[in-house]
Amino acid sequence: MPPLSIWFVRSALVHLMLGFTFGALMLGNKGAPFDARMWQLRPAHMELLLVGWLIQLAMGVAFWIAPRWWEPPRRGNVTGAYAAFGLLNGGLWLVILGSLFRLPPGWTFVGRVLEAAAAGAFLWHLWPRIVGREG
Amino acid sequence: MPPLSRWAIRAALIYFLVGLTLGMLMLINKGVPIDPTLWRLLSAHTEFLLMGWVAQLALAVAHWIVPRFRGGDYGRLRVAWLSVGLLNAGVLLVGGGTAFGAPDWVTLTGRLLEGGAAIAFAIYIWPRIRPLGSG
Amino acid sequence: MPPLTRWLIRTALIYLVLALIAGVLLAARLLWSLPLPTAGLDTVYLHLFMVGWVTQLIFGVAYWMFPTYSREAPRRNPLLGRIVYGLLNAGLVLRAIAELGRTAQGDVWSWLLVLSAVLLWFAAAGFVVNTWGRIRGR
Repeated sequence: MPPLSIWFVRSALVHLMLGFTFGALMLGNKGAPFDARMWQLRPAHMELLLVGWLIQLAMGVAFWIAPRWWEPPRRGNVTGAYAAFGLLNGGLWLVILGSLFRLPPGWTFVGRVLEAAAAGAFLWHLWPRIVGREG
Repeated sequence: MPPLSRWAIRAALIYFLVGLTLGMLMLINKGVPIDPTLWRLLSAHTEFLLMGWVAQLALAVAHWIVPRFRGGDYGRLRVAWLSVGLLNAGVLLVGGGTAFGAPDWVTLTGRLLEGGAAIAFAIYIWPRIRPLGSG
Repeated sequence: MPPLTRWLIRTALIYLVLALIAGVLLAARLLWSLPLPTAGLDTVYLHLFMVGWVTQLIFGVAYWMFPTYSREAPRRNPLLGRIVYGLLNAGLVLRAIAELGRTAQGDVWSWLLVLSAVLLWFAAAGFVVNTWGRIRGR
């Protein structure tokens, strides 16, 4: 597994655990209310699991297992993939912090723009690697 | 494909079909109202598809394809089985509980089991996320 | 990587970008009033993400990497695979358009929602049928 995939997958696992923790807190609060503010965790819970866990895991595994070239650099131009890792995590945390601390909507907007840019960067990296044996 | 992955993927496919069937019923009901109580299926639809299908499939495939230890050893297999067992018990409790209007503590127990599944799987897979041939 | 997998993965990548753009629009809606039909956009965002990206990516990778069905039919039924691809994408696009276009219950968009529900269900059933026999030891 290449280093970037290790970062993606480990980061995904951390987000999975955080997402489940927030979910458990909200649900615990639903069953036995202890703090009404727990519902504020819901957007962060969604963001952690959808973007932090699912997208990140998929990107990490795709970077690892998508077909490689015969000649080095075998994964082609990896700039897009590294950029995607930074943009995705940056964007994700802007959205999370924005929702947790009720920051102005501009935070969420910029975060979402970074996430979309991460998707575009990853698509730029991966597209030429989606090939059959014949290349 | 190892036995644990086979069992988990079969379970995931069943959740996928059941979850999509619930979704289809709700979507039809949205376009052409049949029965207003069908909306009660929304939580079960989400639960079966996110946890039963996507999360379970991801865990099953990770168990199958992530690099193994020397001699093809998977590591702490009992923890992996525990994780799959907890996840399925949790999904059934949360999905079934919300669909049949069970008390909130049923859903809470289910979510706790799912949280336990995530923690167990993270503990199990963590040492296997490393470069190929490194031990 | 078989051709169908390439189609599924490339289409999934496009949906990921579209879903995250829908996420941008949802966030922009909080800042400005947009001249766009944004009712139902939350649902569209979630389904572009979960069906268009996640599910389609899973379909593509499973079709490619799961153990072969038999020597004669390694990927079981390629025609069924292509039909699943068509149903899934037709159902999803139809659903997104109908969700955004729908203004009243019982209008033409509502019937398109029903049609999209059926298309998506058959896509799922087709995938399960084509995949089940490939969940094996080798």
